[in-house]
Amino acid sequence: MHLGVSESMRECEYSQISTRSSTPMETPYKKKTSKKRKWEIFPGRNKFYCGGRIMMAKQTGVFYLTLVLILVTCGLFFTFDCPFLALQLTPVIPVIGGVLFLFVLGTLLRTSFSDPGVLPRATPDEAADLERQIDVANGSTGYRPPPRTKEVVINGQTVKLKYCFTCKIFRPPRASHCSLCDNCVDRFDHHCPWVGNCVGKRNYRFFYMFILSLSFLTIFIFAFVITHIILRSHRNGFLNALKDSPASVLEVVVCFFSVWSIVGLSGFHTYLISSNQTTNEDIKGSWSSKRGKDNYNPYSHGNIFTNCCAALCGPLPPSLIDRRGFVQSDTPQLAPPTNGITMYGATQSQQSHMVSDTETERLPPHPSSSSRAASQ
Amino acid sequence: MAETHSLQDLQQPAVSSKVFIQRDYSSGTICKFQTKFPSDLESRLDKQQFEETIQTLNNLYAEAEKLGGKSYLEGCLACLTAYTIFLCMETHYEKVLKKIARYIKDQNEKIYAPRGLLLTDPVERGLRVVEITIFEDRSIGSGR
Repeated sequence: MHLGVSESMRECEYSQISTRSSTPMETPYKKKTSKKRKWEIFPGRNKFYCGGRIMMAKQTGVFYLTLVLILVTCGLFFTFDCPFLALQLTPVIPVIGGVLFLFVLGTLLRTSFSDPGVLPRATPDEAADLERQIDVANGSTGYRPPPRTKEVVINGQTVKLKYCFTCKIFRPPRASHCSLCDNCVDRFDHHCPWVGNCVGKRNYRFFYMFILSLSFLTIFIFAFVITHIILRSHRNGFLNALKDSPASVLEVVVCFFSVWSIVGLSGFHTYLISSNQTTNEDIKGSWSSKRGKDNYNPYSHGNIFTNCCAALCGPLPPSLIDRRGFVQSDTPQLAPPTNGITMYGATQSQQSHMVSDTETERLPPHPSSSSRAASQ
Repeated sequence: MAETHSLQDLQQPAVSSKVFIQRDYSSGTICKFQTKFPSDLESRLDKQQFEETIQTLNNLYAEAEKLGGKSYLEGCLACLTAYTIFLCMETHYEKVLKKIARYIKDQNEKIYAPRGLLLTDPVERGLRVVEITIFEDRSIGSGR
């Protein structure tokens, strides 16, 4: 089931392509391979499972740790503490615990498995067009031009859009390139190793729900395990209580150490949501009043309530990378792009034209090839 | 270039160039495209026609991303059902995207194809650009 972004698959692609170019009279339809889905040729460093339905970062070790911690702690709670509490106090306790646990698990899996809002890389034509525009603006000189930026005025604030050399696009405002996943992510918040994925536009609400419900769950378990031990101590004495229910000690330790960080994180993200900022922006102090008197957040809706509603209940944009779509041959491409390899999920024929014509590694833009593209 | 295209030249018109209409971020992060008329299309298309198409697209995207009672209700309902409700029904955004796809197909059939142009749905380009492919005018003869 585990199919990462495999280098071997890329090599297979190349060998197919070189065969095609060596016999130009061969129709593209003769050498028909089984149809590939777009996730299989996805250029980022992500892992896909279940035929592309599940998408995660490359390093998932910490995610499994998170899962184990939650499952083990809750498992111990339901097995050792709940029977006592249900009998002595009320059966509502395990019910609430159960609901919280399911909610936590659901939101965690949803955060970890969904597309955070990855922006697909530019098609070769788009990239060539942008290169051309930038060369015209700068005046091509042959050496690698300085980092490219574009300024936009958004609701009265000047925002700089940066050019992403990997994805070959000008990043939309609030997007950022995650170096771990090697993708540009829209409304990038941060890369969270605990959930094994980036947190971006599409899964921020699930992430927030996860840490919020986990805070409640942690406090809930902590409180009731303490209650359990206290009630037992009244009957048998403190040391006997600990001996009768050793699991409780482990639970208390885990909860005690987690509660500070998780509740703190929930509080921090509540602040971010109410002011409509990303972690990225807050850390850099992009909209801080310390930067200038007129500096304000152009994305904020004005009041806390609208900001919260927009972040949590607003429309959920669809995934832009179409993981399960089939890679298909498209209309013929116009000019071969400047850079060789990088695979874009767009079309297969574009890739074939890319490699058959240029067969180069990723190079800085050539003035010659962009002028070739421009000459019609 | 000619060798790899020879068979396809016979089947479909060759692509002369592509024009990319970029996003307009002046109103924030909502999906909106620039309505500036590109010079490459001057010979093929009316400025007004072009602006109307882009404006309609912008309005449709605004409808998809609108914050209002309906979208909040959908969001809350989804949260309460632990987002399982989306297994059986589409989100409002997806419904509007389908509407947009139909609109683009319609525009292509009625207006753009007769002029040797092709609009590509922005969703296939990551909602970054509206790609307009300009095909060579066959009556002129083979280009390049």
